[in-house]
Amino acid sequence: MLRTEEMLLNVGPQHPSTHGVFRLVIKIDGEIIKEATPVIGYLHRGTEKLAENLQYTQIIPYTDRLDYLAAMTNNYVLCHAVETMMAIEVPDRAEYLRVIAMELGRVASHLVWWGTYLLDIGATSPFLYAFREREMIVNLLTELSGARLTFNYMRVGGVKWDAPEGWIEKVAEFVPYMREQLAGYHELVTGNEIFVNRVKGVGIYTKEEALQYSLSGANLRCTGVKWDLRKNEPYSIYDRFTFDVPTREEGDAFSRYHCRMEEIEESLKILEQAVVQFPEGPILAKVPKIIKVPKGEAFVRIESPRGEIGCYIASEGKKEPYRLKFRRPSFYNLQILPKLLEGENMANLITILGAIDIVLGEVDG
Amino acid sequence: MIKDLLHSAPSLLNFGIYFGLAVLLLFVVLGFVTYGILSERKIMGFMQLRIGPNQIGGKWGLLQTVADVLKLLIKEDTIPKKADRPLYILAPVIAFAPAFMVLATLPFTDAFQFADIGVGLLYYVAISGISTIGIVTAGWASNNKYSLIGGMRAAAQMISYEIPLVMSLVGIVLLTGSLNLNDIVAAQEKVWFIFLQPIAFIIFMIASVAELNRVPFDLPEAESELVAGYHVEYSGFRWAFFMLSEYVYMFAMATLTTVLFLGGWNSIPFLDFIPQAIWFGLKFSAVFYILVWIRVTFPRLRADQLMEFGWKVLLPVALANIFLTAIIKEIVNLF
Repeated sequence: MLRTEEMLLNVGPQHPSTHGVFRLVIKIDGEIIKEATPVIGYLHRGTEKLAENLQYTQIIPYTDRLDYLAAMTNNYVLCHAVETMMAIEVPDRAEYLRVIAMELGRVASHLVWWGTYLLDIGATSPFLYAFREREMIVNLLTELSGARLTFNYMRVGGVKWDAPEGWIEKVAEFVPYMREQLAGYHELVTGNEIFVNRVKGVGIYTKEEALQYSLSGANLRCTGVKWDLRKNEPYSIYDRFTFDVPTREEGDAFSRYHCRMEEIEESLKILEQAVVQFPEGPILAKVPKIIKVPKGEAFVRIESPRGEIGCYIASEGKKEPYRLKFRRPSFYNLQILPKLLEGENMANLITILGAIDIVLGEVDG
Repeated sequence: MIKDLLHSAPSLLNFGIYFGLAVLLLFVVLGFVTYGILSERKIMGFMQLRIGPNQIGGKWGLLQTVADVLKLLIKEDTIPKKADRPLYILAPVIAFAPAFMVLATLPFTDAFQFADIGVGLLYYVAISGISTIGIVTAGWASNNKYSLIGGMRAAAQMISYEIPLVMSLVGIVLLTGSLNLNDIVAAQEKVWFIFLQPIAFIIFMIASVAELNRVPFDLPEAESELVAGYHVEYSGFRWAFFMLSEYVYMFAMATLTTVLFLGGWNSIPFLDFIPQAIWFGLKFSAVFYILVWIRVTFPRLRADQLMEFGWKVLLPVALANIFLTAIIKEIVNLF
């Protein structure tokens, strides 16, 4: 009698495709995964605890380091929470700058995802193409904020710096260029038979499961739920733009791919309109030097490239928050992974994990 | 020339000449590996918007590979404590030796071939199969789970792709009536076999990429899944052996493709004043370029899809090609 044995395989934390320091302990029978246990926390820095001893403006740089691929949205969610509690009216120009920065960040974030996902699947070139375009965005954001990744750009009541001269025009030029490149991406990858075979029908979950696991972002929209906070609960000035929320019905890795690629196009639409509407005016509201949030609590949520990012502040009326909590979308999205991996092929592990699109800085907080 | 030497009476001088030529071939091959790797990196750089090696040896990085190999040679040789020591040491040799053995029968020009044996084609296929054992051994002996999976994948993949590879060549053998590589080249004096056997050529190209373990068939060393597959525990010159054998095989495979489908050293009409060696080099480079091009373009297949593709698509098509060739040949013979 032939007897097969299950093998315990430790994937990560130093594995090329776990996108950072994510660890997965899997039991495999041949190449079939029987059980998968994610282990997280290798990048835990205790942002929320640190925040309790910091003034609100001082917390902003810490938020940069959560989801380091879309730091602008993190900046925004904190400022937005404080502004909501203090009922600050943010000047128009500042809001436009924020939206442009956030949408550029969203495009950059999706580009990194696209490139690394293809790298996981074994194609090396798309990564470099994606980073070419991302570099342009990073340069734009550097001109705006002075940093490449950890921008520390937004402040309670507005933004730190006004757009330098000619910056808006550069953004306007970037939009058609990006559209052109995006068409090239589709030509190279989307129709590729090997790629389609790798991702189609892999890692399927239903609408109900997605909701049960509290998934958000493209991970939710790929099952057919049309839920985007920019549309459903418009914050900032998103109600001034016309754009669509791309959805798919299949719920597999390929549908997530489509959702993200189309989201890039929608972000470009928003950028296009924002550039035209861009107003003159101040960039910072009148905010006291030392910000003291009135006693009470508030929770705000916005749409980050990875899903719903939320910020909860409980204040005792002091300079520092009593408790600060972030709802970090990557952390919630990751929870479905063990369920998806069960019974899957070893090679699909990377495809499924990659399609969830996690950033470990955000998962571990 | 070499043929005469083989059939002449044994003498020290003849041996000396023969040995000298063999050393020459070794240098040609090592030169290819050195500059093949460099040119691959340069071509990849060109396609991926990068510069490629540009530091060591002038602005084209001409000494980059030399420096890389030198670095590998002086690296510490580590053997895992729990590894199967004798097998671990033996594996790179098993993978490496056949890569050089196959070179003996490959005809580069009509004068430059070392062993003009009757079953040259069969010899190539048989000997190159041995390398698989080296890879499986390496995967097993490392005592590492990733390398074990890599080794197993390699075994499955190479066996499944060896068969369509050989089957695709049967058509050529039918047309030529010989397994001798020289005869095969001679038969292509008028028309190259790529035009007579297009289906076989496509199958051969796909199967040879799979045999070479290159993208999109690089599952045994699938970096993103298995870290480095079968050679994950190897370092220094032992790892260099695996890498070098891979490139020597690439050299051999590109040569074989040129010989079998592109007419070897035959020139295209009216251009026969250009030396045979140059013709061979041009065709060889074209095949090499295509191999690199494929690597840059495609993502990787999944293990089960790979097996399915090999057995359910390539093999039946190759078999159909044999029948088709045989029937057409008979019909042509009738008239």
